[in-house]
Order: sequence, then C-alpha cells, then structure tokens
Amino acid sequence: MSNINWETICNVSDINKNTGVCALHNGEQVAIFKVGKEEQLFALQNYDPFGEANVLSRGLIGDVDGQLVLASPLYKQQFSLESGKCLEDDSVILKTYMVRQQDGLVQLQA
Amino acid sequence: MPDTTELQTKNKLKLIVVGNGMVGHKFIENVVNHPDHENYQVITFSEEPRLAYDRVQLSAYFSGKTADDLMLTSEDYYDQHGVKYIIKDKVSTIDRAAKTITTESGRVESYDKLILATGSFPFVPPIPGGDAEHCLVYRTIEDLERITASAKGSKVGVVIGGGLLGLECAKALHNLNLEAHVVEFAPRLMAVQLDEGGGALLRTKIEDLGVHVHTEKNTKEIVAGETCRYRMNFADGSHIETDMIVFSAGIRPQDELARQFDIEIGERGGITIDDNCLTSDKDIYAIGECALWDGKIYGLVAPGYTMAKAAVSHITGGSEQFTGADMSTKLKLMGVDVASIGDAHARTEGAQTYTYINDAEGLYKRLIVSADKSTLLGAVLVGDTDAYGTLLPMMLEKMQLPEAPEVLILPQVEGGGESAFGVNALPDSAQICSCHDVTKGDLIGAIHAGATELAELKSCTKAGSGCGGCSAMVGQVLNAELEKMGVEVNNNLCEHFEYTRQELFDIIRTKKIKTFDELLEQYGSGHGCMTCKPAVGSMLATYWNEYVLSDDNIQLQDTNDIFLGNMQKDGTYSVVPRIAAGEISAQGLIDLGQIGVKYDLYTKITGGQRIDFFGAQLHELPLIWDELIQAGFETGHAYGKSLRTVKSCVGSTWCRYGMMDSVSMAINLEMRYKGLRSPHKFKLGVSGCTRECAEAQSKDFGVIATDKGWNLYVCGNGGMKPRHGDLFASDLDDATLIKYIDRILMFYCRTADRLQRTSVWMDNMEGGLDYLKSVVIDDKLGLCEDFETDMNRVIDTYECEWKKTLNNPERLKRFAHFINSDATDDRLAYEADRGQSKARIAQPSVRAEKAKGTEIPALEV
Ligand SMILES: Cc1cc2nc3c(=O)[nH]c(=O)nc-3n(C[C@H](O)[C@H](O)[C@H](O)COP(=O)(O)OP(=O)(O)OC[C@H]3O[C@@H](n4cnc5c(N)ncnc54)[C@H](O)[C@@H]3O)c2cc1C
Ligand code: SF4
Ligand code: FES
Repeated sequence: MSNINWETICNVSDINKNTGVCALHNGEQVAIFKVGKEEQLFALQNYDPFGEANVLSRGLIGDVDGQLVLASPLYKQQFSLESGKCLEDDSVILKTYMVRQQDGLVQLQA
Repeated sequence: MPDTTELQTKNKLKLIVVGNGMVGHKFIENVVNHPDHENYQVITFSEEPRLAYDRVQLSAYFSGKTADDLMLTSEDYYDQHGVKYIIKDKVSTIDRAAKTITTESGRVESYDKLILATGSFPFVPPIPGGDAEHCLVYRTIEDLERITASAKGSKVGVVIGGGLLGLECAKALHNLNLEAHVVEFAPRLMAVQLDEGGGALLRTKIEDLGVHVHTEKNTKEIVAGETCRYRMNFADGSHIETDMIVFSAGIRPQDELARQFDIEIGERGGITIDDNCLTSDKDIYAIGECALWDGKIYGLVAPGYTMAKAAVSHITGGSEQFTGADMSTKLKLMGVDVASIGDAHARTEGAQTYTYINDAEGLYKRLIVSADKSTLLGAVLVGDTDAYGTLLPMMLEKMQLPEAPEVLILPQVEGGGESAFGVNALPDSAQICSCHDVTKGDLIGAIHAGATELAELKSCTKAGSGCGGCSAMVGQVLNAELEKMGVEVNNNLCEHFEYTRQELFDIIRTKKIKTFDELLEQYGSGHGCMTCKPAVGSMLATYWNEYVLSDDNIQLQDTNDIFLGNMQKDGTYSVVPRIAAGEISAQGLIDLGQIGVKYDLYTKITGGQRIDFFGAQLHELPLIWDELIQAGFETGHAYGKSLRTVKSCVGSTWCRYGMMDSVSMAINLEMRYKGLRSPHKFKLGVSGCTRECAEAQSKDFGVIATDKGWNLYVCGNGGMKPRHGDLFASDLDDATLIKYIDRILMFYCRTADRLQRTSVWMDNMEGGLDYLKSVVIDDKLGLCEDFETDMNRVIDTYECEWKKTLNNPERLKRFAHFINSDATDDRLAYEADRGQSKARIAQPSVRAEKAKGTEIPALEV
C-alpha cells in the first residue's frame, strides 16, 4: 500500500456538488465527480466513445435503480460511475481510475 | 396516364367513383382498408383540380390554412394503395348498357360498379343581375380564392342566406375587413336549426360583433349601385348597396348524371337510394350529398360517411346499411356557441318544453321532451353548449330523463347533473364523434389497445379531428375508462418522484420549495436523474427565477445550461447573443464581426434572425462574453428551455403594406419573456400584416397585425411536426395582447409535461382551444391574477446570466478544460471551407494529425 503514489489534482471544494471536473493526469484526460452529501469521488476516462469527444466531465449525475450513473452530455448514454460500464451497450466499458480524498484534496493514483 | 387496357387488371372488380369529395374519398378509404381490398380496382374522377379536401373546415382557409393543410388525402396515398385518380376531368356520360363512362376530355372507362359521389352545388336564386362579376358562391377552394380576390377591391360585402354556411361566410368577409351584411328571407337566422328565442339571441350576438343582419328580405334584383358597385333592391321597397355578394341560399344535389341517364331521382332532385345506397340501377350506387334517402338529402358530412360505409359493405358482401342519420349540430359561429338537437322546433305531438334565458350572460337553452316527460326529443342551446355532449346521446339513445328535466339546462345544478349523466351513463353504441362516426365503444377499444393519451386516441380513432366539437367528450371517455380499468396512469416524472410535472410544480409553488435537494428529500427518493433534474431545475427557474448556476442549481442543469452555451458535437460551444426581433445596428454587426475574427469562430445566421458563433472552447466562453457584454449585448438563452426568439418582419415603419409596427411589438415581447424558463423552448413571431412575412403562425405564439389590432395565434410549431397556430383572439390592443400571452405562457409552464411543446400541450388539452380561451379570457379557473403575478416576478427579477457569471470569480473557475492545467483539449481540429477557417469539424481520422496543443493520445476503448 505504502508505495502507491497519489497525485493531487485540486481541492474537494473546487468541485461543485454532484458535478464533475476534468484533470490532466499522466497525459490522459480524467473526469472526476463528487456525489452526494458524503462527497463520494469517482474517476472515469473523459473521452466519450459514442460522441468521440472529451466531454464526460460535463455530464449529469443521477441514479438508475440505485446505481450511480453519469449521463453523457452529447447523446445521453449512461455509464456506471463505479464500474464505467455503459447501461445501453454492455460492450462498452470506460476506463476507471483510483481516486481519493485526502485532507480536503482530490487525489488520483499516480 | 395509363391507358384503359392497362387499368383492366384481371379478376378485379372495377369500381369507378365519380367525384373525389369528402364522401367519395371516404368510400375509397373504406375499400382500401377492407380485408379483401385486393379484389378491387378503384378509379376516381374529380372535376376539381385537386384530390379530396376537408370542405367542413373550408372557412379555415381565411384564417391562414392553405389548400395543403386542408387535404384529406394525397397522390402518394392513392399510388401506394393502387387507386387510380384523374383530376380536372368531369364525367359527362354514362352508358348503362355497356357499363362505361365517358369524361369531358373524351376518356372512356368501363366499370363493374359505379359510385356517384358528386356532392351538391350552391343554389343561386334566379335574381335578375345575380350573374354579375362580383356575385359569388361558397363551396370550393377556388370559390374562396375568388372571394378573397373580390374582397380586395371591396368595402362592403353581402351574404344572401342566414343559415349555417351564410353566417360562416359573413364572418369570413368581416375578417377580410369588409363591412359585412347578412340578408335572410326567413324571419330569423339559422331557421332550420334554431327556434325563435335561439335565433333572436344569435342575431343580437352577431350584430354586437359588427355584422349587419337583415331578415325577411326578399331580393328582387341586383342593379348598379351609387356608392358601391351594386345595389340590391328588396321586395319591400328597401335596398342596400354592396361591392360584392356571396350566395349561400342552400344547396342542391348534383344529380345531373342521374337525370340525363335515367336513374331515378326525387321530385325535388337527389338520386334515390335504398338502405344499401343502391340507385334504381343495380350496378350504380349514390352516396353523400347527391343521394336521396327516404325523401331526405343530408347536407352534413357524417351521414355521407355512413353511406360510404354502407355502400362498401354491400359491394363486399357485408351487412351494414344506411338507415337515416341524426342532423343535430353543434358549432361556433363568430365566437358564439350554438347547438341544435333533434326536434328543435317542438313539432312532435304533445311535446313539452323547458326554457332557460339569461340575458345578462347571453344564454338561451331550451329542452323539448316527450309528452310524458320521460325522454328527450330535442334541444336548442345558444351561448353555452357544454350540455350538448350529454343531451345528444340522451336523445339518440332514448335514455330516461331525470325527474326534473330542467336540471339539465339550469346553471346551478349543471355540475351535479354532469356526474349523474356523464359519459359513464352512455351505452357503448353512443356516438361521441359525429364527424367521423366514432362511438364510445370504438374509443374504449382504442384505449384498451393502448391509446391512453388524448392526442394518441384522437389520432388513431380520428375522433375530434373534424369540427373538434367532441374533444371534451373524448377526453371524458378516456378518463372514465382509464379509471375503470384501474390503470394507474403512470405520469410520474421518473423513478425518483411519484408525481407528475404539474403536481411537482404545485408543490414547489405552494410549499415554497427553492432547491432540488429539499424537494428530493421531502417528496422523492434517490439521487435524481437526467429526467427529473433538468425538469425540476426548469420549474424552480420558472417560479423563483434564481440563478441557474448557483451552488444548489448547478447540478441540475443539462448539457447546455450548465455552461450557458450549446454544446456541439466536438465538445465546443456555440455563442448566441440576443438580437431582439432581429434588429441590430450596423455598429453592432461590426462589433460582433470583430469578436468573431478575434476568436476565429465559425459564423452563421440562425433561423431566428440572429447570429450564431461556433467553435468556442470552454475556457474561451467567458472571454468572448466579456467582450460581447462590453459591446452592449446580452445572453440570447439559446442554450435554455426558454424563449428563443421573436421573429419579426419590418412592419409599418418601412413596409408599404404594414398595418402596425411589428418590430417594436416584437422587441417588447422578446424583452418581456427573455429568460423565462419553460417546459420546452418556445418562439414567437410578429408580422405587420396578413402577408405574414415573419411566418408567425408556425410559432408557439404568432401575432399578426390587422387594421383593427393584433390577431393572436397560439400553439403553432415548425420543426418535425408542423402545426399552424390556432386563432386565439382578434383585433387586440397592445395591453390585451400581452395580458393574454402572459396568462397562456404561465398556464403552459404550470401544466405542460416535461419537454412538451405548446403544440402537443394543446393537442392533449381536454376541451382544446375553447377551454384555453375560457381559462385565459373568461378566467374560468380564477387563476389569471396568479399568472400575472408570477409573470411579473420573473420579469422583475431578470438578470443576464452571463453578466452575473462574469462577476463571480468562483463560477468562472469551471470554465476551463482542465482543473489542474492550462492546457486545452487536444482533439479539437477544423477544416477551412467557403472562406471560414473553422468551417467544419475535422473527420476523426484527420483530427489526430491536425490537433493542436501537446499531443495526448486519445483513449480508445
Ligand atoms: C363552407 C362549408 C362548411 C361546411 N360545414 C360543415 C359542417 O360544419 N359540418 C358538416 O357536417 N358539413 C359541413 N359542410 C357540408 C360538407 O362539406 C358536405 O356534407 C360534404 O362535403 C359532402 O361530401 P360529398 O362528397 O357528398 O360532396 P363534395 O365534398 O361536394 O364532393 C363532390 C365532388 O364531386 C365532384 N363532382 C361532381 N360531379 C362530378 C362529375 N360529374 N365528375 C367528376 N367530379 C364530379 C365535385 O366537383 C366535388 O369535388 C360544409 C360545407 C361547406 C361548403
Ligand atoms: S408581413 Fe406585411 S408588413 Fe410585414 S413585411 Fe410582410 S408585407 Fe410588410
Ligand atoms: S364531432 Fe366533429 S370532430 Fe368529433
């Protein structure tokens, strides 16, 4: 555990509740979301494979049958925040990233 | 055109339909929809230059409907179903022995069965001078074109005949800004349908509207006039002067072919038919207004449709027959509700009557009941015809009357009476829509088959799509049936809220709820979703008009609202400043141009008369808007479900034809409603005269100037399902116009479904346009004051969202592609075309090479 490196991205308070931001992380675009009163964090690839554009951090958060999802701002496909799985098309799974809160900071696993 | 031999498809029974009017077309439709349709070959001839159109709605032509809007069928439809059609060719001869017909153009065609659906023609009394150039009739689209043309050079117009059609025509002349007169031979208007009391009240109401009525006038001759084109001299020595005359003195069956070729006709005309619609020749049928059944001609479309059905049934071996029809009618004449049911003149032996007269409100209602007061024989209703739907089936089905029949027309018990005698009391055989012969049973069948929404039910059964008089009843049947089926109609907004949008709106309003979190906690569950969040966001904004990017609201906003710009397919945004009514100074254009050049934006003029910039990246939005605001622009809300634009023509300030200043009105309206969040986007249009250069009738609200004021059209739509707006009110002054739009808009915001445009809202509204008028003009629900207060609050709290955002550094942080870097998105790349460097987004394959910034490999999944 101890040799895992975490890269600090921003303050938790920089993310408005139930919205996302996009981080540049190891040369990749990563969408990070802050959900609910518990301020749970999730991180997914920012690239929308359906719309072919880097936009997912700008999507809308909600839940479907208790599962937290993100809806793409382009064509509204929904992805599980937890697993990255697309609800409309099983064959599409987004890359997920390890993300955590540390002393009020948002950190991605380096 | 195919030749005769080709048409004689083997083994098929060949049906020739003479006349492609409403009933002829109905016949064809019934054949085409018959399970054995393959066994028949249909050919139809039309003397008119087009296929069947909706003659019943003919007058709508004057309020903006085009010939295309009125069509009942199309060449495509006929082609698809193998129906051959020949227009503009009149059938002139029948050879009954050889079983052929010949047309005026010389075409010969053989038949197995011949169907005469030749309709009728307007009766023009033989008055000396009645054949002058500006003496016209009212029957076809061409007639209406002639009337319009003649009205252009006229100041005064007279309609001869005060019946249903005559009054409709007088209204049309009145709307064409003529001084309109109705000249009637009988002592009262609509003498066939109304009794003395009803006729008198109708007359008063029509005169109040500015149409002159002259009864008991027998026109002796038409001569040259002194102040006008013509003078009409009456038998009693009086006269009036007029520039044009329209004859509407009744119709005569078009039985010319029968007359000439020895098919039996009635003493006073009409082709004699039996219950199968067969004429005296066993291979020839007659249907519609040309047919005479039991000595009667039916001048309405519904009986014609029943005849069409009966004839098809007889030809195909079925058993349906025509056994007479009811002639009750309900209509709105110049805004006056009029209905006549059954024995309106109390001619039945021993008939008893009950009359209710209310002079103050202009109501007249009379019931005619049987001698033993057990059944209803007829009724006359003027001023309020709500009871029609209840009374008609009571008469037709001979239902037992209540103890005190007068409760059916007395105001205080009308509500109570309704439940006892509402749709539930009707048998399934009761006809609800007479225009399309739809019974309660038909509706119930369709509801069980899944048509559980009013608009859907109407479109699949056609009920309510004729005169529209039955809409409210159709709605009642639907509701009653759904209730009976125990179908919980699930109009819940989504899985998170077990409420309809309308219920949630009421909760927000009455419980004074200001945030989504509060609402979810008290009335919902879970986290919300892409359905309820934007919907609630929109409702909160409509009612409280708070900043959409506040800490609480930001999470609710959909793709466009959340960054106050419309996201394009590559994730960049478009930028649209408001250009109210499309009016912009040359300097304004220069300023826009410079900003466009500076940020290298693709530029296009929108359909709504403004300028759209494309290709702005997230971080550029605040920079661009800062410059726009400094140049005096404000947000155009192109991203919101809210007012888009008010399109206007240049109007009376420049145009030679302009009646009023359409640009000023359009600016007023745009500035008034800008920023109002609504269930869906909405648009307005203002034209300076009826030439309608602003295409206002295709907008949610269309305003058209006349020489007397503004005409307001509502619930129009362009787009996927075009719909012309309905004329809501005429000749309004500025204040009334705005008052009505305020009220309708707020009513829409409160009651429409999520993402429901005004057009669909209207189609789903029980009671339709009349109901909307009663809510907005007569304040039937007592809500108008509320509507106005709500609207004023929105207007008073308006703020440009972009200005507000620019003044808020915290909010501006979000406008960056990366939260932790100043780099920009590397996948954006464009190709130049037609003189613009960002004319299009580059193809994905080229995008990688063209992409700017540091190369970041795109993630492939
Ligand atoms: C202004 C107006 C308002 C009306 N309002 C109502 C209403 O509210 N409710 C209602 O129920 N009814 C109303 N009607 C009446 C309704 O339109 C008629 O009942 C209906 O159109 C009759 O249909 P039809 O097919 O019998 O005749 P039509 O629709 O008249 O069709 C007959 C067709 O046959 C053609 N034709 C005739 N002879 C020949 C020939 N030899 N060869 C080829 N073609 C021929 C004619 O040109 C015509 O196109 C209204 C009518 C008018 C004019
Ligand atoms: S609608 Fe009338 S006033 Fe407006 S531009 Fe056209 S012709 Fe002129
Ligand atoms: S009665 Fe005319 S549309 Fe139904």
